[in-house]
Amino acid sequence: MTDKEIEILRILQEDIPVTARPFRQVAQQTGLSEKDVLDIVKKWQQTGMMRRMGAILRHRQAGFRANGMSVWAVPENRIEQIGAVMISFPQVGHCYQRPSLPNWPYNMFAMIHAQSKEEAIRVVESISKATGIKEYDILFTVHEFKKVSMKYFVDEIPADLYQETSDNGKK
Amino acid sequence: MHLSAETQAQQNEGSRQLNESDRKLLNIVQKDFPVCENPYRVIGEKIGLSEAEVLERLRHLKEQGIVRRIGGVFDSKKLGYKSCLIAVRVRPEKLREVAAFINRFPGVTHNYQRTHPFNLWFTLTSGSDEKFDEIIDLIRSRPGVEQLELLPAIRMFQTEVTFKL
Repeated sequence: MTDKEIEILRILQEDIPVTARPFRQVAQQTGLSEKDVLDIVKKWQQTGMMRRMGAILRHRQAGFRANGMSVWAVPENRIEQIGAVMISFPQVGHCYQRPSLPNWPYNMFAMIHAQSKEEAIRVVESISKATGIKEYDILFTVHEFKKVSMKYFVDEIPADLYQETSDNGKK
Repeated sequence: MHLSAETQAQQNEGSRQLNESDRKLLNIVQKDFPVCENPYRVIGEKIGLSEAEVLERLRHLKEQGIVRRIGGVFDSKKLGYKSCLIAVRVRPEKLREVAAFINRFPGVTHNYQRTHPFNLWFTLTSGSDEKFDEIIDLIRSRPGVEQLELLPAIRMFQTEVTFKL
């Protein structure tokens, strides 16, 4: 990535003001032409570097109030087939295979986005029926401490935190 | 500032009803944002609104907190970053403190208390293995953290989704 591209990425990963010509505004901040910016964004979309351009919603505010992380103990040889079944449910968002642990038997994760807790439970029951997987759980959100978009090319450890931890070390 | 906007958005929740044209607008602006000089005019043409109306509706939806932001979502892997889900078991009386500490890292994008003995779940995205390990060590050594487990994705069946309204 060129320095100019990193500059554009840093702007586009933030919130772009809603104005008639948003990409011209980005261009003006970087000293590139509007066409350059459009070409770079299109290139990123083609290569998959940019997964999506557009609005990111707060799904709670948009009516999806019961979001549950469903977790499943799936036999290794059925992972592929069951993953395909899970994502065929429209309420399923992220769906990943992850490692299981000694006190954590679940190796498949499927986020359920529903309007209510009851609906989320109905969805996992349907998934259980469709897949035959009986060992599962659904973890609901008690509190959202943080939900933000990733910011790339920034300091990963805040400077004041280094200060504090070294102070603690002295005590 | 972020928090207060969030809180206000939650307070407004009850009064909010999306009309049909907002729904259409949100669906299109999430998935098919035109990369061109006048994206909002193009969107308006598709759903029968003027450019000015699209701009006004979108500004309103942002104020209401339904739209978190308008911008790009990048593929962390392709940018050389690695991402991991982390499950933590925290002594309940230390939960808020540990959560606040975890929140301070910019690479932590999600951090939730959940209904399980693993009561805190967060994601960490990092551009270097050294920084990743350093951050994990800092969190693991916080008072109240009883168990911390890395649960990286082995296989992704479906990544980020947009919401059909």
